[in-house]
Amino acid sequence: MGGTGDAGRPPEPVRSDWPLYEVFLRGKRGLNHVHVGSLHAADPQMALHHARDLYTRRNEGVSIWVVAARDITASSPDEKDPFFDPSGDKVYRHPTFYDIPDDVPHM
Amino acid sequence: MTTAPTSGQNGAGPELPAGFEDTIRRGRRIEPRDWMPDAYRSTLVRQIAQHAHSEIIGMQPEGNWITRAPSLRRKAVLIAKVQDEAGHGMYLYSAAETLGADRADLTGMLISGRQKYSSIFNYPTLSYADVGVIGWLVDGAAICNQVPLCRSSYGPYARAMVRICKEESFHQRQGYELLMTMMRGSAAQRAMVQDATDRFWWPSLMMFGPPDDQSPHTAQSMAWGVKRHTNDDLRQRFVDMTVPQAEKLGVTLPDPLLRWNEARGHYDFGPVDWAEFKAVVSGNGPCNTQRMAHRKRAHDDGAWVREAAAAHAAKARRPA
Repeated sequence: MGGTGDAGRPPEPVRSDWPLYEVFLRGKRGLNHVHVGSLHAADPQMALHHARDLYTRRNEGVSIWVVAARDITASSPDEKDPFFDPSGDKVYRHPTFYDIPDDVPHM
Repeated sequence: MTTAPTSGQNGAGPELPAGFEDTIRRGRRIEPRDWMPDAYRSTLVRQIAQHAHSEIIGMQPEGNWITRAPSLRRKAVLIAKVQDEAGHGMYLYSAAETLGADRADLTGMLISGRQKYSSIFNYPTLSYADVGVIGWLVDGAAICNQVPLCRSSYGPYARAMVRICKEESFHQRQGYELLMTMMRGSAAQRAMVQDATDRFWWPSLMMFGPPDDQSPHTAQSMAWGVKRHTNDDLRQRFVDMTVPQAEKLGVTLPDPLLRWNEARGHYDFGPVDWAEFKAVVSGNGPCNTQRMAHRKRAHDDGAWVREAAAAHAAKARRPA
């Protein structure tokens, strides 16, 4: 479905014109859109149609986003990335940091 | 997400392989942009591509019967099933692309015969009972193979497998129900079910791949968590699951050596014809040529559609 061109032939110019789209689904009202996979399409409208056919054959979604993969900016995947350091030492952002006696109600 | 992968060995400091090993050891998932050994990446690309190709080629044996389904109900079911196979292929190509593979290259490698697909799809479907037996045995074997892959160490593959396994359950059940219906029919219909079972039983056992002592990559694949059980373990599990289903259905599995082994707690079964398996895998099965020719024709016949859509998109992007 995605792209053309035999490996045996030089690649056709058409091929690069079917860019990769990432697909995000809202499973039902009240939930966030969640990434489910990717597909190739000639344009965003076709990407939506393909996403519907590919990722919602059994009512898995009530709303679809498609985003050209090349437009996504991502952080580095490394868990120990210094990018995330600023939140590493701020335990006081969590409720459990504060000692409150057990007999204080509704806390 | 399908963003550019970090490259393998090149420029990797010692902390990167250690991080990879640690993630595997802790049973956590490797994600697309993580550092990974080149051999892990290439093993996965090969595994996922072969799986994707199998889903795509797997549309043909059953698609063959869509125009001759015996009722509208059966036709709707069969179309839905074949559509699912296409969808499974797409999920898997999508997963392979997260490893840096190019989808068009993978299709090219299938069509030029440089990548393989499951040998089972090189057998012909001679009667409508085959549609039922494929759902029962072939999809049953596929489920056995695939459920453990939902825990593959590679995240995108594992997630694709979760989706696929959910849908495969429908495939197996529609097949078994079809066979139960035929077994309640005429003697001729029962004979068709038996004949289809006779033809697909052994090829289904071959779907798990060569015996463990002839499967050199198993140890490394298990260490990496891209394979969870050995071929022989999965084959045994499939036999144990299937024998009671065959009894309930009222068909005989074509193996005179098949019997319960109390001591082992498993069914014993006869030797698989690995010479046949090798012949089919290397291109000499009954339908290899036909399957590849059909796939190539579909690809070539679709070229104008891909080109027209690309031309339309380019035109729409240009300011008027």
